[in-house]
Amino acid sequence: MVDKSVATVEEAVGGIGDGASVMISGFGTAGMPDRLVDALIARGASDLTIVSNNAGNGETGLAALIKAGRVRKVVCSFPRQADSHHFDTRYRAGEIELELVPQGNLAARIQAAGAGLGAIFTPTGYGTLLAEGKETRVIDGRSYVLEYPIAADFALIKAHQADRWGNLVYRKAARNFGPIMAMAARTAIVEVEEIVPLGSIDPEAVVTPGVFVQRVVATSSSLAAAA
Amino acid sequence: MSGGLAFERLGRDAMASRLARDIPEGAYVNLGIGLPTRVADFLPPDREVILHSENGLLGMGPAPIPGEEDPDLINAGKQPVTLLTGGAFFHHGDSFAMMRGGHIDICVLGAFQVSVHGDLANWHTGAPGAIPAVGGAMDLAIGAKRTFVMMDLLTRDGTSKLVESCTYPVTGLACVSRIYTDHAVFEVGPEGAAVVEMVDGLTLEALQELTGVPLCLAGSAMNGARA
Repeated sequence: MVDKSVATVEEAVGGIGDGASVMISGFGTAGMPDRLVDALIARGASDLTIVSNNAGNGETGLAALIKAGRVRKVVCSFPRQADSHHFDTRYRAGEIELELVPQGNLAARIQAAGAGLGAIFTPTGYGTLLAEGKETRVIDGRSYVLEYPIAADFALIKAHQADRWGNLVYRKAARNFGPIMAMAARTAIVEVEEIVPLGSIDPEAVVTPGVFVQRVVATSSSLAAAA
Repeated sequence: MSGGLAFERLGRDAMASRLARDIPEGAYVNLGIGLPTRVADFLPPDREVILHSENGLLGMGPAPIPGEEDPDLINAGKQPVTLLTGGAFFHHGDSFAMMRGGHIDICVLGAFQVSVHGDLANWHTGAPGAIPAVGGAMDLAIGAKRTFVMMDLLTRDGTSKLVESCTYPVTGLACVSRIYTDHAVFEVGPEGAAVVEMVDGLTLEALQELTGVPLCLAGSAMNGARA
């Protein structure tokens, strides 16, 4: 029987070691898997490379991981915000490396990794500082920049519901990077509000098919049902 | 005031209202963070305009009534919003495919500078010590069928933000088609900058003096439309 559900968040983040690359879903705090990140902090892995849209907001999730000093490098589109103080402090102190990627290129590069592509040509960033030194090509009269895929060892994702096969549905705009990060990580770990019996998610409504998911953990209740 | 002329600049609401008039029925529109967000308040109620938000929304509605905020339903500025009947959620890969793939009709952005040829600078001042953040700016700049900029024409110290060529790091090249300012509306592109209309009391000569760039009257303005 296929059962990707695990009982605890501690078990869910098992195997994430020092130096790992970890994608973290979310746009600001919407879709940020706070419980998984808390478990990762408790686990103690350090020297991490994090791929996420932002570099932490406030005190929870990725911000807490950065505050704990576990992050060596952040790959993101929008680090600097009103509530990104933990990143700002470490960045200014030279303790954290930043790779700044335009948001659509971040998404496309993550998708490229998940789809097994060797690279993409993107029009975004052409002629700007963020494309300096990169290969370019004119295709059908338009200028493009060569960008490489972004893969990761692990992805920590928040979704709304999962079944034991790992099929996922999300909630509203908390979907954001979840589906594409699940595809691009070797081990996609998902926290959900509830794990529902197999068959109770409408197949037409599945957003992330279970093939992209390795572990699911329910965080809000003990509704885990191994139907 | 310039050269003894008496004219009154448009306020921010008037600028937003002026720009909203140029958004046609049925348009798919992305309004950038900051000043452009205000355009939503002035869209004519008899037109159905569908707002896109980069974090995975189409059919974005206004802010919710107090107490009805949902942390999973936010806009690109991470403020709570609503979803209109007929709206949809999707992941970041699809969201930026909509933008980059030319499926969005109009994008409205703020700017530090715009060149007479439509180059845009709006993501980074290049100031030493500033933490760079780009977000979706580079994708938005080059992706939509038409990119409008909404900005004050002059900085606080009176320097023109419409320039011969950008001195700030660019966001995209030759991507802006129209600029809505507190003094005038401009068309920009390969032929340079043309004035579509000006506030009452302002002249082409005075505008040229304020901006320091070569200007002509757009065809529509010369036909006596609104200049």
